[in-house]
Amino acid sequence: MSDHDQGHHHGFLRTYVFSTDHKVIGVQYAVTALVFLFFGFCLMMMMRWQLAYPGHAIPVLGDLLPKLFGKDWGETNMAGGVMSPDLYNSFGAMHGTIMIFLGVVPLIVGGFGNYVMPLQIGAPDMSFPKLNMASYWVYFTGGVVMLASFFAPGGAASSGWTSYAPLSVTATQGQTWWLVGMVLLITSSLLGSVNFIVTILHLRAKGMTMFRLPFFVWAQFVTSFLLLLAFPPLEAAGVLQLMDRVAGTSFFMPQGLVVSGVVQDYAGGGSPLLWQHLFWFLAHPEVYVLILPAFGIITEIIANNTRKPLWGYRTMVYSVIFLGFTSFLVWAHHMFMTGMGTSISAFFATTTMIISIPSVILLTCLLITLYRGSIRFNTAMLFALSFLPMFAIGGLTGLPLGLPASDIALHDTYYVIGHFHYVVAPGTIFAAFAGVYFWFPKVTGRRMSEKLGKLHWFFSFIAINVVFMPMFFQGLAGVSRRLYDQTLYSWGDAMQGWTITSSWGAWALGAAQIFFIVNFFSSIKLGKRVTENPWDATTLEWSAPSPPPHGNFASVPTVHREPYEYSVPGMSTDFFPQNVSEA
Amino acid sequence: MRILRGCAPAIVAFAMVWVAGAAPVLGQAAAPDVSDVHIDGQYGTFPTFMPTDVSKNGHDVDLLLSILHVFMIVLFVGWGIFFVWCLFKFRARSGHTADYKLVKAKAPKYLEVAVALFEAFLLIGMSMPVWARVKNKLPTEADNPVHIRVVAEQFAWNFHYPGKDGVFGKVAPEFVDPVSNPMGIDPSDPKGKDDFVSGELHVPVDRPVITSITSKDVIHSFSIPVMRVKQDAIPGMRIKIWFQPVQTGTYEVACAQLCGNNHYSMRALMKIESQSDYEAWVEEMAKGPAEFDEDDL
Amino acid sequence: MSAGVLPYTVETHPVTGVYSGKLGTWLFLASEVMLFGGLFSAYVLLRVGAPEGTWPTREEAELSWKIGGFNTLTLIISSVTMVMAWASLKMHNFAKARIYLIITVLLALLFITLKLSLEYYPHWHEGLKPSTSVFFACYYTMTGLHALHILGGVVVMLYFIGPGASLWKTDPEHYTNRIECTGLYWHFVDLVWIFLFPVLYLMN
Repeated sequence: MSDHDQGHHHGFLRTYVFSTDHKVIGVQYAVTALVFLFFGFCLMMMMRWQLAYPGHAIPVLGDLLPKLFGKDWGETNMAGGVMSPDLYNSFGAMHGTIMIFLGVVPLIVGGFGNYVMPLQIGAPDMSFPKLNMASYWVYFTGGVVMLASFFAPGGAASSGWTSYAPLSVTATQGQTWWLVGMVLLITSSLLGSVNFIVTILHLRAKGMTMFRLPFFVWAQFVTSFLLLLAFPPLEAAGVLQLMDRVAGTSFFMPQGLVVSGVVQDYAGGGSPLLWQHLFWFLAHPEVYVLILPAFGIITEIIANNTRKPLWGYRTMVYSVIFLGFTSFLVWAHHMFMTGMGTSISAFFATTTMIISIPSVILLTCLLITLYRGSIRFNTAMLFALSFLPMFAIGGLTGLPLGLPASDIALHDTYYVIGHFHYVVAPGTIFAAFAGVYFWFPKVTGRRMSEKLGKLHWFFSFIAINVVFMPMFFQGLAGVSRRLYDQTLYSWGDAMQGWTITSSWGAWALGAAQIFFIVNFFSSIKLGKRVTENPWDATTLEWSAPSPPPHGNFASVPTVHREPYEYSVPGMSTDFFPQNVSEA
Repeated sequence: MRILRGCAPAIVAFAMVWVAGAAPVLGQAAAPDVSDVHIDGQYGTFPTFMPTDVSKNGHDVDLLLSILHVFMIVLFVGWGIFFVWCLFKFRARSGHTADYKLVKAKAPKYLEVAVALFEAFLLIGMSMPVWARVKNKLPTEADNPVHIRVVAEQFAWNFHYPGKDGVFGKVAPEFVDPVSNPMGIDPSDPKGKDDFVSGELHVPVDRPVITSITSKDVIHSFSIPVMRVKQDAIPGMRIKIWFQPVQTGTYEVACAQLCGNNHYSMRALMKIESQSDYEAWVEEMAKGPAEFDEDDL
Repeated sequence: MSAGVLPYTVETHPVTGVYSGKLGTWLFLASEVMLFGGLFSAYVLLRVGAPEGTWPTREEAELSWKIGGFNTLTLIISSVTMVMAWASLKMHNFAKARIYLIITVLLALLFITLKLSLEYYPHWHEGLKPSTSVFFACYYTMTGLHALHILGGVVVMLYFIGPGASLWKTDPEHYTNRIECTGLYWHFVDLVWIFLFPVLYLMN
């Protein structure tokens, strides 16, 4: 089936900028997201200087930024080249916001999901191509608003990506921009998730039953339901916070607030905890939005590079559905320290323990897939394999946080930062890198360099552990999060050596990305050309040309078998693609 | 593998990073003086990194943490060994093919059930009882507790003591004056006459301390690592937690929830004293009306 | 299936039983349930947590159940006219459908006008603003967001009355489906009001 559009010759704008083709939109999402990831990483590299060498002027940037942004900005935010506490807090809040909402989710859902999913189900495009384009541009606008907020009077939002009230309600203008940006980003997500669900249900090729779908598609399917149902309460909360800030309402403001000796003029009667409940109701499913597509990506790569079927495919599908459902029931484990009684904390601790089970099942199935396989160690596989122990560390360190009694010592310390970064950074972001190395040939028709790729992996793997492992030690020692200067406390001062270690690890990690950036851009023009199926893979995207044309497939594919038929006995090749009818 | 050959320079680089960063850590044991006041206790010592424990209930929290981490390390190492063994044994090489038939393994199922059961034990057998004891079961008057109101603000801790009569005076926002009356104690209330506010937390050793925690402006969090206690200070709410010091000394109170640009400096001193020293201090402080003593900062 | 058109745009899917636009609309409405659900939950939490005497009674809130009730009736009738528009299209009577759509739009605008002139405006000038109390904060925010949804629906309907009507000539089934989806959205907006009215106007 070819799209009737192919008869027309669109100009540059319609083909590359305002395209409704899911592949163009997928690349737009991925490239925009990678740029935001890089920006968010740069914010953190500057923060790590202040953490390692508090009160010392930042080299180069300490002079350059005031020159770029003006004397006033320099005096307020970087007097003498030293980052101010306000700037530090706004970098912290924006680092989290940008990485999660402008970086990781748009990359793994908007980028990989949009590009790969329709190909894997044998569809010519998404169900609603124009809606798809709209969701990208709403995301882009949200990103612009977020970046612009750095130039609002008082700087960008600085109340953490969690924006707890009343701090966020009394904060400077940047917080309002943050709220507007979030409304745009949430809208983009909602439009996208509707598209994904309808496409997966309605546009599967003939023979592609739900249990013949690649696991990647199942992961995107569950993720879309999480986005669809969990985001709206945060949108509601965002509207309420905007009302508190702009219209003087008291949704989150209790009576009798006294700020800097001045009694605040709010009617009162509101509840700061209401914000936390509404926020975490989204934000907990959000972390599963961050991990599920990553599981999807590495599952494809592991199955392909072990040359055998996935172990426990159905178990993995049921686990991921159960995980999605349970993720709505654990949110208040972020709120154990808010004065919770025994019964409520027991409820949320129980659901939190329960949700660890499907995660372990997913890891176990992937691990057993390796058993009796024939494992190839290309760059994509190196990143996918290292995801497993890194996610394991992240998941295991969730246990002391999920039990209320141990959480007393660890809540709001660096232990939490170590925990979630292990899951997202050497977890999801490594999965995203794996996906780039794996699908780059499909998107561009050329391979990336394996040599540069392996160097990228090796240095990133070492550096990322140097950054985050010490954070568990710091958390156990009692070092709190979000501290501009940790050394004012005895425990912070005692652990300052580890802080310096983490910072050098972060800068080394930044340097290691040069291998990737060089590889990515040079391979677009200079990479070795490939045909449709360089990895000898079985799923449908590998039967389309590299890159696929508008409409994806020359003729509508028909699916004849399960997605991971590798090393089938009696065949001359060790892979049996889904769309090939006879051996 | 070939990749190991290219690793040599990388290993050297890694070692340099490690030495540069970790060297200051080695030999770091006792608490240094971070201000002109000497702080007691050991911080950041290997292998647990946990601060000194000078509380009655801290042992329970520490035990749970230790058991958890042993469990986590055992799981990770065991699982990790299997993982690395698979990577080595089943690496692609000439003459080796993958096995299409899926292995029927009972072991993962049993292991999963064992892990789930152990987690249930940790939750029901350890965490819930400790939580109930530490957070919810407050000491009664028969235990002779000390009552202190903790009021957080941007960016300081205020410790409001009820004075000799043991009763707190009434408070209201309209009486707040940042210097002379930070708690907003009603001047017409006779019970408030012997109240006083201190910027330092003084407590007697071997007696339970019940703190009633709130905030004036934004959410803060009252955290005393050496006591293994932590409680969010939420404006509009008053939340009680308790702890019991078992050793005298000077320690620190921290803020554990982002509260603005000086969140990092919201530090107060906690002085655990003998009963007689404590009573002497209370008498000294109660001499004036509810005043914020600048010297106590 | 016409060449180059995505499948199930018009014909129904054998398993889900609906065409893609309708499935998409239902999913969107599920997210809207979570949105208004979030707001209703906030209302409940604040109401239950409010100390004795701080929540206004029905008289103090000065919300007229008569005006609210009339508005409720207006929306219900507009839902009926919306269905009639779709039914007319199913019977291939475009002219009648257009008239029903216009009536729906007028009823919606009547709702908004009454809300603004008889409720928001007088309340505001009596000093009953969102910042006055938590109840009024909830009242203005929830009915305000609902009113924005009504306006959104009006914009869509005006599009289908005006420029979008050309689709009827090229693909009448597709156009009918779009009106059906608009109707689903409209019924949902009506349903939200049917919850808002008793909660805010009657249950004090």
